[in-house]
Amino acid sequence: MSTDNERERDEEAANLPEKQGRERLNAPVRRTGMFGATTTGDTSGYGGLRVRGSAPARSRRPFTDPDDPRTADFDRVADALEAALGEGEEGSAPKASVERVEVALGELTFHVRREALLEVARVLRDDPSLRYELCTGVAGVHFPDDTGRELHAVYHFRSLTHNSEIRVATTCPDADPHVPSIVSVYPTNDWHEREAWDFFGIVFDGHPALTRIQMPDDWHGHPQRKDYPLGGIPVEYRGATVPPPDERRSYK
Amino acid sequence: MTVTEDYIDASGGDWDDVIEKAQATSAERLVVNMGPQHPSTHGVLRLILTLDGETCTEARVGIGYLHTGIEKNLEYRTWTQGTTFVTRMDYLTPLFNETAYCLAVEKLLGITDRVPERASVIRVMMMELNRMASHFVAMATFGMELGATTVMTNGFREREMILDIFELVTGLRMNHAYIRPGGVSQDLPPGTVGKIRELLKEMPKRIRVMRKLLDENPVYLARTRDVAHLGLPGCMALGITGPLLRASGLSWDLRKAKPYCGYEDYEFDVPVSDGGDVYARYRVRMAEMEESLKIVEQCLDKLRPGPVMIKDAKIGWPAKLALGPDGLGNSPDHIAHIMSGSMEALIHHFKLVTEGFRVPAGQAYAAVESAKGELGCYAVSDGGTRPHRVHFRDPSFTHLQAVAAMCEGGTVADVIAAVASIDPVMGGVDR
Repeated sequence: MSTDNERERDEEAANLPEKQGRERLNAPVRRTGMFGATTTGDTSGYGGLRVRGSAPARSRRPFTDPDDPRTADFDRVADALEAALGEGEEGSAPKASVERVEVALGELTFHVRREALLEVARVLRDDPSLRYELCTGVAGVHFPDDTGRELHAVYHFRSLTHNSEIRVATTCPDADPHVPSIVSVYPTNDWHEREAWDFFGIVFDGHPALTRIQMPDDWHGHPQRKDYPLGGIPVEYRGATVPPPDERRSYK
Repeated sequence: MTVTEDYIDASGGDWDDVIEKAQATSAERLVVNMGPQHPSTHGVLRLILTLDGETCTEARVGIGYLHTGIEKNLEYRTWTQGTTFVTRMDYLTPLFNETAYCLAVEKLLGITDRVPERASVIRVMMMELNRMASHFVAMATFGMELGATTVMTNGFREREMILDIFELVTGLRMNHAYIRPGGVSQDLPPGTVGKIRELLKEMPKRIRVMRKLLDENPVYLARTRDVAHLGLPGCMALGITGPLLRASGLSWDLRKAKPYCGYEDYEFDVPVSDGGDVYARYRVRMAEMEESLKIVEQCLDKLRPGPVMIKDAKIGWPAKLALGPDGLGNSPDHIAHIMSGSMEALIHHFKLVTEGFRVPAGQAYAAVESAKGELGCYAVSDGGTRPHRVHFRDPSFTHLQAVAAMCEGGTVADVIAAVASIDPVMGGVDR
């Protein structure tokens, strides 16, 4: 018996590199190694983590960690939202609004399907046990490697009644950058959604007047996307083209 | 200039032409561009006003004239360099911007509890001084826009006293980059406490003078009472926070509701008024300044000797700064140590300063009660030495949406009062 065990252990040891390599290839996160940075000019040599496929972080109940006072009301909020939406958040029903729940750094994040965003926002505002009266706007985030969910729209809600704070995130692919507008529920999001459209190209369906807000009206492209360069854009002004600063003069 | 059947667009051109065309038609409506270059629009705010005689029937806001791409730029700099950018957003509340940013970064790093006590006290003290400086500018520019230049000169004079302290502590009057992830860039220089004590003695008198000048001034009351009213439901729908919300009757203050930097240890009141008009906002701001003085005084009592930067050498900036003949720089001792004492110290200094530290992947939202309202910083890290994304929820940006609700139906003169009472700073609005 003992020799069998030893042999198994030996085989395992012999195959260890292969096993590790297989694990590495199948890991959801691809590491590019020490010197993977070629484009950003990051001198630390940190190549960044490339996420392969989706590796969504998902927290399991209980969301409240007795050792972390910041998480004290997370279970209550999750229960209330679940009850108000009338479904489980684990995705058992095909039309589940909340894809997953994430608890990290003392913050509660609901990842919501975009079709359900407006409904979730309405429930968050109107349900007496939730009462998130204040939306502090939406922030676009661009993850070019998160295939099929490249654009994220991240909302923060604050309840003054219950003194609670949550985050709601929804995603849309680059090819179909549509997210429902929640201006009808939270009028304050008017400009915030215009900003996210301006900088990320997220189309908020149902917004009363989705126009650019910071960039000029005739600007091409959405500057805060990762595929948009920092600087180096020639600017047209009254018929003349002003070259980008680094091309205006040759410093030879 | 174009004339259509029912309105005259005075968005540019010769004023004489506008008047001539206006006289030729029976149209009463006039669409006027106020700004972006106008002395009473706080920088480069553009107001598009539809006027019917003296009445403003429609008010729309155009922004973006001061957009500098700070959020995009942050993604190309280290986490520490970020403070240099964010301090330039709302340039009247630089220390709030820095604190919100640093709190978010510290949350991502998981070092919120390890920031030294002294650093937190200094942060609170600097923020409260900054709140007063910002409110003084709010009063001063407000007075100037109503034609009261004494209010303007007084307000800026009092603010200068605070800026002198900022200059002593950080080296700069604004754009400090003083608060850094892990603490503050350097300890208070000798003489600071004495200078702040002087300020604490002098400032109540100055505030009293301003109160005497404005509190019951009939002209001021006529221009501010019942002007630009916005009730609590309107505030909630439009996401309004800060002095504007408190002037509409809700005692909501993040310093009390979600304390950060140890605000739970300070005793102060949250001034509230239920007027909902410009005058109520003025009263709330005045009272807030008096509360800030209380907090600063408590900060001085709480100051204990100790480090001002986190002990962790992998995060803490080697902040051994000293004032030399050519300005602020690395102290001679530190230079001697890294140049001729320890090779490892040199490598460490070089790597930390040029590359910065890595921040674990994740997302964090940190909010502070800035002089203007809830200032939120949403930071996303991909695990590298630079932010993946940083978004600022600037209160001025959100509050400017209320211009239409406050101004429509009022007179043109009240538009000035309304915008001034919002106290927008375009550096923060446009980022």
